[in-house]
Amino acid sequence: MTTIPVQYYLVVAAALFCIGLAISITKRHFIGMLLGIELMLNAVNINLVAFGRHDPERLSGQLFALFVIVVAAAEVTVALAIILRVYGRFRTVDPDKVNELKQ
Amino acid sequence: MEAIIFYLFSALTLAAGLFILFSKNLIYGAFALFLAFLGVAALYVLAGADFLAVSQIMIYVGGILVLLIFGIMLTQKKEKSDDSTRHNRIEVPITRKIWGFLTGIGLFGLLVKVILSSDFRMAGGEMSSKSTIKTIGVELMTTHLLPFEIAAILLLVALIGAAYLALNRNPTA
Repeated sequence: MTTIPVQYYLVVAAALFCIGLAISITKRHFIGMLLGIELMLNAVNINLVAFGRHDPERLSGQLFALFVIVVAAAEVTVALAIILRVYGRFRTVDPDKVNELKQ
Repeated sequence: MEAIIFYLFSALTLAAGLFILFSKNLIYGAFALFLAFLGVAALYVLAGADFLAVSQIMIYVGGILVLLIFGIMLTQKKEKSDDSTRHNRIEVPITRKIWGFLTGIGLFGLLVKVILSSDFRMAGGEMSSKSTIKTIGVELMTTHLLPFEIAAILLLVALIGAAYLALNRNPTA
């Protein structure tokens, strides 16, 4: 079984992280920014799993990735609730237009 | 063979990410995110993390993506009426876009330079091709018990908080 070198995984994860960063900067929609953040979290998980491949007894990398997935799920639910609340109050999803805490 | 599959799924993941970056329609972006998550799950399998790949598909595709699509549909704006007093919109490359691309490309160049110049010496042996489920279960219940319990409390708090925030979400009506 030929194995892929760990650098390949790291390059793919770096590209995915940078794409996610560019998405969350350029999108003018709250949920678009969330999509970018999800991509960034996935890229980090690829790094953790790629290094965890060399730790077969304890699997620390995979456990860390599992906890990252749990935190990402919690983050998305709370973020979506906040976005719906902001949309109900300001009637917009553009982050540039929500520029005051009170209306 | 394994290398071909690796390249295939990496290309799928990155193409889906770039599609999200360049598409105007967020629903298409969410479906491209589905492809990206599947590609990442395939990369997990290639790296020997079978349990994590299945959890990735179940949690991300089954939970998070459905939530995101619900969010997109609940925040759609109505189509603007076509009256002639409306301002014309002109698409110009705003500074946000320029800075986004510059940051992404610059960080990518920096990371690739660091990765290619690095020389990792792995301490442990290569993973054998057996299932990781038993090891993950034992580790979760022994050495990682405290993070496990904290994750449980975090999920409970997020559940209560999201339900409280989403309750009565239209105060003007």
